[in-house]
Amino acid sequence: MSSKRIVSATINGDAVEFLCEPRQSLLEALRDILDMTGAKEGCSNGNCGACTVILDGRPVVSCLVLAVEAEGAEIRTIEGVACGSHLDEVQSAFLEGAALQCGICTPGLIMQTEALLESNPHPTEDEIRIFLAGNLCRCTGYDKIVRAVQDAAERKAAATS
Amino acid sequence: MATADKPNYKVIGTRPVRHDGVDKVTGRALFGADLNLTGMLAGAMLRSPHAHAKIVSIDTSKAAALAGVRAVVTSADMPEQGDRTVELGEGAVNMRHLAANVLAADKVLYKGHAIAAVAADNIHIAQEAVGLIEIQYEVLPAVTCIRKAMEDGAPVLNDDVRTESLGSHPASDDSSKPTNIAKHFCFEMGDTAQGFADADIVVEREFETTTVHQGYIEPHNATAFWNADGKVSVWMSTQGSFTARQQTAELLRIPVSSVKVTPMEIGGGFGGKISVYLPPVAAMLSKKTGRPVKIVMGRNDVFEATGPTPGSYMKVKLGATKDGKLVAGEAWLAFEAGGFPGSPIAPGCMCVFSCYNIANARVDGFDVCVNKPRTNAYRAPGSTHVAFATETLVDEICEQLGVDSAEFRINNAAVEGTRRVDGPVFPRIGMQETVDAIRQSEHYQSPLGGPNRGRGIASGFWFNCGLKSSVTATVNLDGTVTLVEGSTDIGGTRTSISMQLAETLGITAEEVTPTVADTDSIGYTDVTGGSRTTFATGIAAVKAAVEIQQQLIERAAMLWEVEADAVKYVDGSAVGPADQRLTFKELAAKLNATGGPVVAKGTASEESPGGAFGTHCVDVEVDPDTGKVQILRYTASQDCGTAIHPSYVEGQIQGGAVQGIGWALNEEYWYDDEGEMRNPTYLDYRMPTCYDVPMIDTILVEVPDPAHPYGVRGVGEVPICPPPAAIANAIYQAIGVRIESLPMSPPRVLKAIQSK
Repeated sequence: MSSKRIVSATINGDAVEFLCEPRQSLLEALRDILDMTGAKEGCSNGNCGACTVILDGRPVVSCLVLAVEAEGAEIRTIEGVACGSHLDEVQSAFLEGAALQCGICTPGLIMQTEALLESNPHPTEDEIRIFLAGNLCRCTGYDKIVRAVQDAAERKAAATS
Repeated sequence: MATADKPNYKVIGTRPVRHDGVDKVTGRALFGADLNLTGMLAGAMLRSPHAHAKIVSIDTSKAAALAGVRAVVTSADMPEQGDRTVELGEGAVNMRHLAANVLAADKVLYKGHAIAAVAADNIHIAQEAVGLIEIQYEVLPAVTCIRKAMEDGAPVLNDDVRTESLGSHPASDDSSKPTNIAKHFCFEMGDTAQGFADADIVVEREFETTTVHQGYIEPHNATAFWNADGKVSVWMSTQGSFTARQQTAELLRIPVSSVKVTPMEIGGGFGGKISVYLPPVAAMLSKKTGRPVKIVMGRNDVFEATGPTPGSYMKVKLGATKDGKLVAGEAWLAFEAGGFPGSPIAPGCMCVFSCYNIANARVDGFDVCVNKPRTNAYRAPGSTHVAFATETLVDEICEQLGVDSAEFRINNAAVEGTRRVDGPVFPRIGMQETVDAIRQSEHYQSPLGGPNRGRGIASGFWFNCGLKSSVTATVNLDGTVTLVEGSTDIGGTRTSISMQLAETLGITAEEVTPTVADTDSIGYTDVTGGSRTTFATGIAAVKAAVEIQQQLIERAAMLWEVEADAVKYVDGSAVGPADQRLTFKELAAKLNATGGPVVAKGTASEESPGGAFGTHCVDVEVDPDTGKVQILRYTASQDCGTAIHPSYVEGQIQGGAVQGIGWALNEEYWYDDEGEMRNPTYLDYRMPTCYDVPMIDTILVEVPDPAHPYGVRGVGEVPICPPPAAIANAIYQAIGVRIESLPMSPPRVLKAIQSK
């Protein structure tokens, strides 16, 4: 019997098929098989949030999802957030608000923020801080990240009104 | 807030979008672990399960026989280092110790100490093979308590370590036998005994801090390829590609010119990504296989085998007169070096009284080996420890004298001309200004309502350093400049350096395109550390810009047929004697017709920065039932000289403050009796999350540093120093207990409340 499995999923709107070992995580599949290195590995045990992607509408830490579990799933990653060369509101808010320093946690934080604003378009500061508490950033002290999320919420509201 | 009349800058002080920003918000930026090379193998390390043991034998035969395994290396494959020390950019390093830290030879000195490495077709096979390596150990008693490690009869880690006596007042230590006490610094100034005799009030306490980690989110990584021509290429995440090159070359005993280090984007460092762990191992695996080998650490490896900053034990005493003048200080400081000598005890000694003008002081400091990971720099290394002690005692003196602690600090502050205990005299500095900024802040003036609440302030100092930097700058025909630099960019320095070049040339930040180059493509540049990059690499960029100005002046003079001396460069234009003008853009467009390319270089070497001070104010609420400390409000003021990009200056202050809050309240390595760290995960090593902290308000005090053409002071390090003491002082005001140990975690605070 083959040691690998075929997985079919939709990633950033594209139908994707890949071969993986049952022991490989979704993060590993994204990074090492599909060459999508935007999701980062900070801890491999679900504590830092650097590998956050949106799976069937929910933010997940992709290091704790097996690649085979992605069968039939719809996945959004940091690579699919910008539309062509146009950054989305969350990316622009992070960029212009200096909400990143080294940038390693940024893809995960942007995905978590996308998930937050989809479910709660007008979060309070407290709601932002609770929702982002699983995404560690060691550089910024979070001040500018929280402000960028507030700014992104306003930008998204302005874009849809 | 400007404390001096600020020149009318056009670029400096603005907030342009950083040049590497789009790549970082779209996931395109390539960090070390993102590299994928054709034929690349995955490496994994075998690490010691014991804190202290002799290695009796290593059998790698089963691992080597596993299908998919391509090579195994141990210290036996690495070159002998002999007895030598090498200058590696930030001080001399004992190569035998560095090599033994990279791959243990005959002894392991901490749990997690690397012993062997495997390269295989994928990481899973490599990890499986690591489990097949058989090692016979003779387990030795471990010592993780610094005071026990200093006792006679303690297990000695390194039989080649003798106590070295250093400082302005060398002590006479017994250097005849192996010991864990690697260094004893002693600094003395004035007459300490007389100083204390003159004091009306003397306070003295003992303090302890635990081992904490820098906590960068990106684990260490390195990919190496040893080519058939003997050249070694390394791609890695590092704070300094040139020191990484030199360490790698020295460890492999090949010429530095045979190693090229390409710095990938770096996911945080804070001092912990200067020392080399993986590149020589990956290189040796590559030499054996002829293929590139990538090694990436796991998070537990990062905790157990890299970083951390030392735990410490300190006794500090301060004396003051009843009219509020500090007259004497005494400190006895012991820092854990980890498995090998090298804690930041020297800066600890130099910083302990550095915020104040104290005429009589003595400091003794000890660098002590214990069975913990070899310690490394962490943001203002050593200064946070001693600030916790000194600033707690200053608060206690103020309480006993019944004086405002901000005013007391201003009255006793180090100023221009104050001599530090280790000798140097301060140039123009801004300690008083940062305290005054806090004193005048709305936060400090506001009432603090509610039970179990307290407010504390504390100050901190860091030297900052200059060291060496190189840039090259090329003028493009479209009126832009390509800037190549050797400083790796951890938090926006591409932009802060570009802005200084742009200001000097009278162009915009966006008209500069910065690139961080590999070690074959730019001149020697020291680490991004020591708060030096915007300062020193900025000086190099300004020099390059001045050279471009000069070359453009010559081009304009040629066009106008006048002497170059008669042409000036003003506001981005060459201006001739008859008020002829050609803008930078116009001159750039004429380059090919006026003599060809304009390329300039700039270097900085051993510039002496004036040092940085910060003062923080914090409000806390203590839960008397659980001991949990909640940060209610936080304000940090800092002398940043001149803020080039205020957003990133604020970001450094906010990030440093929150690291300090983590150190103060939760972060610690928990060791069991066998010397095993029991919490090597982010779940159990509790760094602050978004939900643990409030907004961090910043006050940028600008006392320009005369050592920099635009007055820049490094800003990265000092903000981590004040938080533990500021929070301890706030906790005291809230519940009336002084806490002398970090972290001030709920169990410790609760115990303090209960034993009140």
